[in-house]
Amino acid sequence: MRRFLTLLGREVKSYFYSPIAYVVLFFFLLLTGFNFYASVSLLNRGPTEVTVIEAFFNTVLFWFGFVLVFPLITMRTFADEFRMGTIEALMTAPVRDLEVVLAKYLGALFFYIVLWLPSLLYFVVFHAVSQGSAANAAGAYWGTYLLLLLMGAFYVAVGCLASSLTRNQIIAAVISFCAITLLFFSGLLGFIEANMSPALRDVVGHFSAIEHMGEFSKGIIDSRALVWYGTMTFLVLALTFQVFQYRKWRA
Amino acid sequence: MITVENLTKRYAGHTAVNDLSFQVEKGEIVGFLGPNGAGKSTTMRILSSFMPATSGRAAIAGFDVFTQSIEARRHLGYMPENVPLYTDMRVSEYLAYRGALKGVHGGRLKERIGDVLELCSLDDVQRKPISALSKGYRQRVGLADALIHEPDLLILDEPTIGLDPNQIRQVRDLIRNLGKRHTILLSTHILPEVEMTCSRVIIIGKGRILASDTPQNLRGAIRSAGGVRFEVRAGTDSAEAEIRKVPGVREVTVEPDGEWSLCQLRTEAGADVREELFRLAADRRWSVRELTRRNVTLEDVFVEITQSEA
Repeated sequence: MRRFLTLLGREVKSYFYSPIAYVVLFFFLLLTGFNFYASVSLLNRGPTEVTVIEAFFNTVLFWFGFVLVFPLITMRTFADEFRMGTIEALMTAPVRDLEVVLAKYLGALFFYIVLWLPSLLYFVVFHAVSQGSAANAAGAYWGTYLLLLLMGAFYVAVGCLASSLTRNQIIAAVISFCAITLLFFSGLLGFIEANMSPALRDVVGHFSAIEHMGEFSKGIIDSRALVWYGTMTFLVLALTFQVFQYRKWRA
Repeated sequence: MITVENLTKRYAGHTAVNDLSFQVEKGEIVGFLGPNGAGKSTTMRILSSFMPATSGRAAIAGFDVFTQSIEARRHLGYMPENVPLYTDMRVSEYLAYRGALKGVHGGRLKERIGDVLELCSLDDVQRKPISALSKGYRQRVGLADALIHEPDLLILDEPTIGLDPNQIRQVRDLIRNLGKRHTILLSTHILPEVEMTCSRVIIIGKGRILASDTPQNLRGAIRSAGGVRFEVRAGTDSAEAEIRKVPGVREVTVEPDGEWSLCQLRTEAGADVREELFRLAADRRWSVRELTRRNVTLEDVFVEITQSEA
């Protein structure tokens, strides 16, 4: 356990050793800040049925930033170790492969969580300023941030898998960006394909991140989404572990 | 300390290590000598559990490197070729991380970091990021990392490659000192380096062991089988023909230099042909300008050993 925490500590710190973390944090804050401004102006336009959290998390701007952030967080996790050759120093220390994979994954997930923490402040400020005049429900916050965590867990795993496939960070970023975008748009197929049978449209809808967000941001916690993201995360991580072992032995 | 039995590593299309067997006893400093691509690094990577062997067995301190790899790695300090380091960390930070990873904690870790910083003369750069260090310093950081958990065995892959002559001397002295307390296996392709530091040399080529002996014995065996340089005033054709007749001469190449013939000789093992050459020159009334035995180079070692193999 101590060994695992040492590995995890190094992974988390490695984000803050490099300027990447600060650049990503800065621009992510800029983006979410603008998104917050846009969603508040939407509420100001007149009477509406949506809460501020629904307005915030169901915009194109949010999804755009959301999809873009995973390649940036995960691209260097494994690729850089292979490129720098540090994988050899790492794996000849008495550490298990699984510990290394989990430490890298959780380190990236931790940074993703750090990325979202400042956004909580927006809602604190919003409710202080609006003095309770806006609709508000605790469940919406729990649901939204739970879904952010679930989707993050899955997409970070996808990013780690992409990074384990190559020694080039850029290639890792492109692979994970394409994979995550495809996953994301497969959920939109129902909107794109007009003459889809209702049954199929229903099935596709269950994979749709946008539909998940639509429900979770109302405070409706759908167990099907929990199972979907949970199993997919596990599967992708297991695959990453296999790829990592395979590549290590061929290195 | 190290047991290697019938170790083989095959990549698609070629065999890097071919049925290798050797032992290293506690307290030895063993030099692993061979040209590039001989299989030195591959063998060391298998010993350090970084890659699995295709067949055969290897053990460190009694622990199999494949089935008991974590235990084996605990007893090992390994410095990979080209010394990969996390360049974004500071020296002391990196050593603290590596120490903790290898199971050294708390006050003991602090003590060990102090010790290895001093041992490897890194005190003055311990606050610097590794990215700002020169090659020589990085090499020593790699060595400090290998030493941090006081392993029984050190495996160093080309510890002096890319260093300037002063740094090479420093690292060599350091290794010789470490040899008093650790068992060491180091690889190199520089013969003098091995002669100065190692108690035993294993020469490998094309994945096989070609020789395994003390540097003194090896040098002795090879010196007598070395080359001779012989410069006489004689026609190149007649000089070549006559020299070939001398018993013990294996190969002659002759180059003309005005009226002189510059002859390079390769001799059989154990043969010293210099006296015969002098008599020959005296008989034929050739003037002699030079008659010297060439210093043994690694090339001679290989030529000698690979030819006697064939």
